[in-house]
Amino acid sequence: MIIKNKAIVNDDWTVLRLAENEAPENVTVPAGKVIVPLKVWFAQREKLQDRDDLGVWFASDERPETLKDDISKFTVIAVDFPKFGDGRGYSIAYNLRARFGYVGELRAIGDVLRDQMFYMQRVGFDAFAPRPDRDIQDALKGLNDFSEVYQASIDQKTPLFRRVQRNENTSADL
Amino acid sequence: MYRYDQYDQQIVNERVAQYRDQVRRRLSDELAEAEFRPLRLQNGLYMQIHAYMLRIAVPYGLLSSRQLRMFAHIARKYDRDYGHFTTRQNIQFNWIKLEDTPEILANLASVEMHAIQTSGNCIRNITSDEYAGVAADEEVDPRPYAEILRQWSTFHPEFAYLPRKFKIAVSGAKEDRAAISVHDIGLSVFKNAHGEVGFRVLVGGGLGRTPIIGSVICEFLPWQHVMTYIEAIVRVYNQYGRRDNIYKARIKILVKALGIAEFKRQVEAEWADLKDGPGTLTNEELNRVSSYFTAPAYEKITDVHPDLASFKSENETFANWLFQNVKPHRVPGYAIVVLSLKKTGVAPGDASAEQMDAAADLADRFSFGELRITHKQNLVLADVKKSDLITLWKIATANGLASPNIGLLTDMISCPGAEFCTLANARSIPLAKMIAERFDHLDFQHDIGEIELNISGCMNACGHNSVGNIGITGVEKKDHGEWYQVSLGGSKGNHSSIGKIIGPSFSFNQVPEVIDRLLQVYLRERLEAERFIDTVRRIGVKPFKEFVYATEIAGGQEEMAVFKPAQYSTPFYSPRF
Repeated sequence: MIIKNKAIVNDDWTVLRLAENEAPENVTVPAGKVIVPLKVWFAQREKLQDRDDLGVWFASDERPETLKDDISKFTVIAVDFPKFGDGRGYSIAYNLRARFGYVGELRAIGDVLRDQMFYMQRVGFDAFAPRPDRDIQDALKGLNDFSEVYQASIDQKTPLFRRVQRNENTSADL
Repeated sequence: MYRYDQYDQQIVNERVAQYRDQVRRRLSDELAEAEFRPLRLQNGLYMQIHAYMLRIAVPYGLLSSRQLRMFAHIARKYDRDYGHFTTRQNIQFNWIKLEDTPEILANLASVEMHAIQTSGNCIRNITSDEYAGVAADEEVDPRPYAEILRQWSTFHPEFAYLPRKFKIAVSGAKEDRAAISVHDIGLSVFKNAHGEVGFRVLVGGGLGRTPIIGSVICEFLPWQHVMTYIEAIVRVYNQYGRRDNIYKARIKILVKALGIAEFKRQVEAEWADLKDGPGTLTNEELNRVSSYFTAPAYEKITDVHPDLASFKSENETFANWLFQNVKPHRVPGYAIVVLSLKKTGVAPGDASAEQMDAAADLADRFSFGELRITHKQNLVLADVKKSDLITLWKIATANGLASPNIGLLTDMISCPGAEFCTLANARSIPLAKMIAERFDHLDFQHDIGEIELNISGCMNACGHNSVGNIGITGVEKKDHGEWYQVSLGGSKGNHSSIGKIIGPSFSFNQVPEVIDRLLQVYLRERLEAERFIDTVRRIGVKPFKEFVYATEIAGGQEEMAVFKPAQYSTPFYSPRF
């Protein structure tokens, strides 16, 4: 189960993670819907490029611009959060959406917890695989912590000051 | 000052609800401490040695009397009748219970305040010039920009988990009173030769273990672009800043590693996509926010007050106070008054609940109901009629807020030190007290004149030791004893410099004598009217060093004060995590 578009849905994708003794060049990518590490995609691109059931995931130290030319091939891209305190994934997501125009599913995987999901949703994630030891129903609540935001990002392209009429100071004494 | 509209209030209210639920989940163990830690930190709640410390944001140091009274209320109800004003223009309470924090935040929200992003690896409270809007040397009022950046940075979704904390300061006057060159981003807002308003942008300054003066990344950034340009800087930092070593994670290390030219190139590449986009500041929004920072209703009054002169001649303490604690205002007949929180015997920056109430009353009666907190941990009444100075001084004196020592030796900056903080190698507050007692003689302090003495219990430099004219730093030694390094020649402002360490470290009991010897050299060597820092710059550190180490100083190792800093015995929950 994952959260997608603010609902809990069944997930038929598998995330491939390399074991310590596996190399990106020769790991076997199983058949079916698989989200492979970015390294595997680059190492086995020749072999994999005709598959239409493939997604790719970024480690937090990988760069979105490296996938620039291939982005349109994917309907699922994931970003891994090795620890929830590693915030690089937020900028990866932002750039995938804003600079490289990715419009498919953008999924947060790894150490994904309720209290970070509101931020993740703002920078362009629309799918979340919360940590398996957590209640997914509970995690879903994290997407609704705030009903208003100040700054523009992916979910809200216009900052508050351009969206609404805000109060000027009308008091005479200050 | 800025007032919340429905949107600001709604966001803060929703934060209280979100945080209340996080605390509930922590108390019921649904959230592990490791997961709760960054959440509480982003809300200013640190675990200290004895209790939780709660740091409350005072945006750019500006607050109303109503807000200050709320601090007094919090001090009485939830703490031990006092609070501690910080070098980043905030306030901290040291004896807080976790269970009480949601209610404290609800109290704060009722007076348009919060504790959002006062800690954690995110964009912290924006600081500014404590005399903004009233300083005679101001070119552009920085407060509207500080408020606009406050809103932009509040819950910025992309920058809540940066490699490390991120501090921004804005100054709009000729003299930099906001220490912008030692911030992650320092902004100086000014008018160029064509009368256009823009920012000189510094990046990569900072204190801590590796004190560095910031580099100029942009000489003139038109005001419209301030948010998008900062966004580009922080995005580059978020992606490339080091995360493998906490001591090398600040942006200053990245800027140094890449070089400012390469860093600028990356920022401008990022910025190219944002420039002129929706994040660009509009005239309308600038005008809206600026409408909250218009001048108060000043009276047309005389600048000449003969009664002030006569009272001054009769009362030396008042004369000293007038000289040290009252600053020129740009409107005739008005003055800026600094209320000192540096009374001998009290921890620098501490104020009791009674003092807070008294200061709030003074603000209501004499200064349009507003106050400021300074980075030197004092309070400011920015708009006082000169004709009110005598009455104000009497009330301030009665409340222990009129020590005439602003800018002098006993106007020290000090961090909380090893009695509170699990990082500190040594105590700071007792040392500050001991120094204050030794040099309590006011005539001597006046003779020494302008000097900055800054104390930190460790290398992390919360007490600004590296930019103190005299800096004192608790250092870690194998014996876990309390040892202090002394540095000389640091300064903030337009001529920022990092102090140089004079030599081997000293014990707690030796430090006052070391300071005495440094001052003796100054008195011996100074040219007429030369400030301490200028003498140091002119003659260098060597003569000071030679004199300090020439003869033995009593109170060395054999007479070490016995105090074991808690970081050697407390577990990992240090305030930085």
